[in-house]
This record gives sequence, structure tokens and C-alpha cells, in this order.
Amino acid sequence: MTAAQPSTRERPGRRRARWWRPWLYLAPALVVYGAFLLYPLVRSAQFSLFEWDGLGTSTFVGLANYADLVSDPGLRAAFGHALVLIAFFALLPLVIGLAVAAVLNRARVRGLGLFRTVVFVPQVLAMVVVAVAWRAIYAPDGPLNAALTAVGLDQLTRAWLGDYTWTLPAVGLVGTWVQTGLVTVLMLAGMSRVPTEQYEAVRLDGAGAVREFFALTLPSIRGEIAVALTLTVVAALKTFDLVYVTTAGGPGNSTTVPAYEVFQRAFRTGQVGSAAAVAITLTVLIFAINLVINRIVEPKESR
Amino acid sequence: MIVSRFETAMNYLLLIVVAAFALAPIAVVLFTSVQPPLGESGVALGNYAQAWSEGNFARYLRTSLLVSGTVLAVALVASILAGYAFGTMNFRGSGVAFPLILVGIMVPTEAIVVPLFYDLRTLGMTNTLWAVAFPQMAQSIAFGTYWMRAYFRTAPRSLMEAAQLDGASERRVLWSILVPLGRPAIITMTVLVFMWTWNEFLIPLVMSPNGAYRTAPLALALFQGQHVQATSLLAAAAVLVALPVVIVYLFLQRHFIRGMLEGAVRE
Repeated sequence: MTAAQPSTRERPGRRRARWWRPWLYLAPALVVYGAFLLYPLVRSAQFSLFEWDGLGTSTFVGLANYADLVSDPGLRAAFGHALVLIAFFALLPLVIGLAVAAVLNRARVRGLGLFRTVVFVPQVLAMVVVAVAWRAIYAPDGPLNAALTAVGLDQLTRAWLGDYTWTLPAVGLVGTWVQTGLVTVLMLAGMSRVPTEQYEAVRLDGAGAVREFFALTLPSIRGEIAVALTLTVVAALKTFDLVYVTTAGGPGNSTTVPAYEVFQRAFRTGQVGSAAAVAITLTVLIFAINLVINRIVEPKESR
Repeated sequence: MIVSRFETAMNYLLLIVVAAFALAPIAVVLFTSVQPPLGESGVALGNYAQAWSEGNFARYLRTSLLVSGTVLAVALVASILAGYAFGTMNFRGSGVAFPLILVGIMVPTEAIVVPLFYDLRTLGMTNTLWAVAFPQMAQSIAFGTYWMRAYFRTAPRSLMEAAQLDGASERRVLWSILVPLGRPAIITMTVLVFMWTWNEFLIPLVMSPNGAYRTAPLALALFQGQHVQATSLLAAAAVLVALPVVIVYLFLQRHFIRGMLEGAVRE
């Protein structure tokens, strides 16, 4: 490294002349980003217009792969399952998180820091680790069935990951477990920012705890709700490793999801174009959901 | 506000129930991982040794470390440089280039992995560090550039101008003043990128089909396939794979949680 040059060239007035200076700083980022993210994204869109088995020649099919999304029952089911997962990954944690945070926010409880650390732990574990753990919990002779038997609910025991009706909710519940801590901590952070005087004012108006929550707390944390929903909905839509490890889409195709279909079609069954179409649809869906959530939940004026 | 003792008790009960919900599955795994074989009693730490050697985890954890380290080194430097340019300089084209990078935060891995595999296969580059690390670098750079730009925008302008009047070059202002000041932001980014890379599954699964760059989470999935019945062995393996990230998290959780929250509401 050469020492800084103490020359007049460094004076702010001269900076405008060297228009390429910023691009020098951007170059490494732009090169890696362009080559390994932007370019493949464009290529995916291109792939999605072809029929290709990954080896031979490809045939241009226009939007036929996208038409399949509507007519192919397997793909339709996959997107339907993704919607169910959104309920488990996003809505359920939001309801729990709001309730827990609303109760804890007004009370001075000790140990909140430790609580935050603990409920965040599921968030940092690899999904594979989570999946292996929950597979053991859901096993026919696993702790869940053992616990049900112990409290006399034998008739509820089952092979949780081998049951056509129960496997998807069982997988979804893993998502609830992973996301609830994150959402709770986000809600707590949002609520702690509401000034105490506002609570006092609402109370003086004669509002009870419920009205206080809907009239003051909820509107004040719209930003945090938007963030929580964005993160969790996207996580639900991107679910891959969880399904790959717990159920591999089964039994039948009762737990297959779009991300799993992308993998299967591109690398197992030789439908590369179809896989790309699912991937692009998923991406558009994620962008659209981001947009909608931010429109609905964010207040008009920027925070 | 005065809170009744009953209410206080209910609050603590709620804290405990939610924390137990988060911890119970982890406790189950830890408990299972030291279960001795049927008919024996006591604590069987041997499961860890057995999982370690049978699953080849020494090798796969090394691979994970190599991949994470490479991604982290490049993504960190590239993001700091790009964030500096976006955050402190006015230039034509930034209005196009920055949103373009933001797009990358939302693009799911599924959307890039298919052409990445087939195109890099054509170039003979699958099963290399390039194929496994560079796509993850690109994703981390998208987030990192956004993250570092936010920091550089709030960095004290007067300090930068004073340093420049003293004859410090742009580069010196960045590395000797702004980077040391921005340590909290940089630590948060380091934790997040390390965690994401360590935990990534789809990219190493697809980009290294022959297993040359098989990372620890993949090895765990494979191990599960081979030991479906050996629950305690599997649990021990799961703990081995999770441990590095959990240790990093517990050491830096303050930064990590604050970083998540600040990033979340900054928008």
C-alpha cells in the first residue's frame, strides 16, 4: 500500500472530474453480483421458455411451461401447499408474537434479554439441523407420540410424517417453531418504541387493554409487522431443505412445495425449462408479496 | 404503572412457556444425543465420537469453514467498498446501480441455481470452490452493499471532510477512519453472512454433485439417509453441525439481535 498522497489532487473540488472513481469502488461487488446473481436470473427467465432435458437439444416452447403451472395438478398442489405453509410460517407466529409482546410490553419483567436470546436460537440453526431434530420428534416411537400417550391421548398418536392429512401441518408447525421467536422480538422492539405518554393518554380516555392494543399499539408498529411478514412469508415460499429432509415431498406429493419442484424437475426428472418457469414464478411472487405487504402495512408518510 | 403480583406472575409464566416452546426441541435433541444403546444406562458421549468418525464430519466441517471463510472475505471487502461509494459519493448511474443490487436481496436461490449449474457444468466449473462460494458471495454482496451503504450514509461527514482537508485520500478515509468506526455494523454483517453461508443447503447440494465441496449441513442430510434408525447417532451429528453457528451466535448475540432489529426498521 502506498502512503496517502498529500497532493492537491485530493481536494473535494476536483473530485467531480474523476467520474470513474466511484465505479472503481463498485467494481468488485458489481462483477461478482452480475456474474453470479443477475446473469443467472436472466438465464433462468430464458430457460423457462424452452423445453430441455438437461442433455440434448432444447426446443423453444414460448410460455407453455408457464401454462403448465395452471394445468399440471402436481405444480398446482405445490403452490397450494406453499399457501398453507404461509399460514404456519407467517400468520401463526404473527398472532403469537403480537399477543406475547402486547402482554410483556407493559410489564417490567426481568430477564427479557435472556428471553430474547433464547427465542432467537431456532433462527440461527441450519434448517437441516432443525429438520433432523423434528423428524426425530415426529417419529412413530418419538417423543411427541410418547407425550401424547403419557397424557392419555393415545388416539391422537400417528406417524406424523407419513400421514396424508397431517404431514403438511406437521411440517408447517416446524416453521412456526422457527419463526415465532423472531416475530416476537420484532414486535417487542416495535412496541417499546411507543412513548409511555401515549399509553397514558389513551388510558385517560377510558380505553381498556383491548382498545388500547387496537387503537394505539397495533398502528404504531405497522413497520415492524411489515418487516416480520416479509421475512416470514418469503421464508415460507423458499422452503426447500425442510421438505427435502423431512418428507421429500411425500407421502405421495402431499407436501411438495414450489422450491422442491424446482429441484426435482431441474436435477432429477429432466424438465429443466419447467423448473425454471416455477423458479421465475416464485421470484415474481416474492417480489409481488413484498410490494403488497409494504403497501398495506406501511403508513402513508415514511417513518 | 403499578402491576399486580398476579399479573407479574402471569407475565413470567408467559415468558417461560414461550421460552420452553423454543427450547424443548433443542433439549430433546441434546437428550437424545447422549442416549446409550437399548438396555444400557447412563450418558453415552460415545455417540459424538461415533457420529464424528462415521459421518466424516472433520472433513465436512473443514469444507464448510473454507467455503464460509472465502465467502465472508470477498463479500465483506466488496460490500464495504460498494457501500462506501453508494453511501458517500454522488455520481451518475447510482440511481440505477443501487436498485439493481437491492433486487438481489429478494431473489430466491431457486431462481438462479438452475442456470448456474448447467452453465458452470458447460464450463467444467461445477465441483469447484468457485461454483459453491461465488453464488453465495453474490447474494451476500447484495445484502452487504445495502447494509454498508446505510452505515456510510450516517457516518459523520464533518470527520470525512476534515480528514480530506488534511490530505487523506478517499482510500485512507475509508480504511483508517470509517471502517474502524463502523465496527458494529461490520460485525453484524459478518455474523449474518457467516450464518447464512454455514447453513446454506441448496447451493452446495446442486453445485457440487460429486461431493467434493460437500458442506456440513449436506453431510448431515446424507448421514440421516444412512442412519434412519440410529436416532441418538443422528442427534449427535445434528449437534455437531449446529455447534459452530450456535457458539458464534451466543458470543455475538447482542450485536446480532440489535443488527437484525436495526436493519429491519431502517428500510
